[in-house]
Amino acid sequence: MAEIALPWKVTNTRTRLKIEHLSMSFRDNGRAVDVLDDVSLDVGEGEFVCILGPSGCGKSTLLNIVGGFIPPTKGRVSIDGETVRGPDPRRIFVFQERGVFPWLDVEDNIGFGLSRLSRQEKSRRIDYYVRLVGLSGFEHAYPQELSGGMKQRLEVARALAVNPDMLFLDEPFGALDSITRLVMRGELLRIWEAERKTILFVTHDIEESVQLADRVVVMSTRPAEIRRIVEIDIPHPRDISSRRYLQLRDSIFEEIGLAHKV
Amino acid sequence: MKRLQTLLWPLVTAAIVLTVWQLAVTATDTQIFPSPVGVEKAVAQLFRKGLLLRYVGDSLFRVGTGYLVAISLGIPLGIVLGYYPDAGDAVSPLIQILRPISPLAWIPLSVVWFGVGNLAAIFLISLASFFPVVVSTMNAVRNVPHIFLRAGCNFGLSPIAVLTRVVFPAALPQILIGLRISLGIAWLVVVAAEMIAVDSGLGYLIIDSRNAGKRYDLVVAGMLLIGLIGLGLDTGMRRLNYLKSMRWGISQ
Repeated sequence: MAEIALPWKVTNTRTRLKIEHLSMSFRDNGRAVDVLDDVSLDVGEGEFVCILGPSGCGKSTLLNIVGGFIPPTKGRVSIDGETVRGPDPRRIFVFQERGVFPWLDVEDNIGFGLSRLSRQEKSRRIDYYVRLVGLSGFEHAYPQELSGGMKQRLEVARALAVNPDMLFLDEPFGALDSITRLVMRGELLRIWEAERKTILFVTHDIEESVQLADRVVVMSTRPAEIRRIVEIDIPHPRDISSRRYLQLRDSIFEEIGLAHKV
Repeated sequence: MKRLQTLLWPLVTAAIVLTVWQLAVTATDTQIFPSPVGVEKAVAQLFRKGLLLRYVGDSLFRVGTGYLVAISLGIPLGIVLGYYPDAGDAVSPLIQILRPISPLAWIPLSVVWFGVGNLAAIFLISLASFFPVVVSTMNAVRNVPHIFLRAGCNFGLSPIAVLTRVVFPAALPQILIGLRISLGIAWLVVVAAEMIAVDSGLGYLIIDSRNAGKRYDLVVAGMLLIGLIGLGLDTGMRRLNYLKSMRWGISQ
């Protein structure tokens, strides 16, 4: 097929992130609770990967391990061959919009990770990212004066400003209303196309994963293992009523065992 | 206009209270309680003697110094105890034992340690406001949302930078509430401290006026001055909460 030449096919680029035989169990009242079971995954340079699974399946735990915030029970996460041992500014974790610092205005939030830069370079980057995420005119606004979607964009801008190699997003749009969520997906794709960061995006929303990702990693219920990896071979912007889109979406619905009827 | 309206009713209430007070004193012709006019005359007399500003200044100096000592020791200690929960758990019981002891109970020891003078008074004020500062700062730090700490670590901050750039600003609105309460306590204790240790200040004015000639107009004048200055201090502290970088803490 001709699809190898298409620009959104990025699976044959250099592997940057390697997850190898990752298992995780927590101790809960002396009982071991298995959360992740032998998860292995390679993510390529500039790839957009969605990790999709039901709530509480352990996908957030997976992202937290990859981000270096919790050590795994078994297995290894490495980036460019280097084992992940803790959080690192080269890989920024984006929470729901609650992660922005309420005591700093928009400019200072974006500049938070830039204290090592010269003053000019810092303000140049702040200007650039204020514009990239569409917050021009709000440079001196505090987070409580912003809407949920604006706060979410602010958090993405703060992450991008330190020029990380990767972004880890943990259900970033989960707290937004459904219209804002749709707008934000478009924004994220636009930003991703401008910056080509490697993105690992955790969600429980099937539509969201098919709209955004190059590949969707479908997880099982707890203890989570990878059931299937679905390649989304539709170029952006995606027509969400196209046959191919519906076909891929429905195959994931089936994989998860849901009939898509309400 | 809005300002005028918020002031109107408190002023009306004060006027009514003062009138009733004046009438009651005149009607009963009591000797053990001064009238508002008598108190006003006493304050004017103090002012003419040059004592009013000196006493107010001395009291504010003692409270200011004692309070500064308390917060400059209490805030760092509270941050450390809040940030390291094990340390907090270890020290908490001790603080909980020392905290309910009235500053008055410390008077004998403070006189032995610091002699009769400014130092003893400042020590008492410091001690009284120290524990509330430590406890409220510790709780404020403990309540800092975990995601802020994680974000700080993620951006490569050193442990010290996490404390100064994330933990402290995140806890500040709640710390300020504690600071406001403890400034109130420090001001409350000034009377007791000045009654034992010194020969100036508003607390001294009260005890001295009673001892030297039962001047109850001066006693009540001292009381009212303490109340008014207390109101001023509290209003000033509350203003801090409305700074832009702090206002987020109010609704949460």
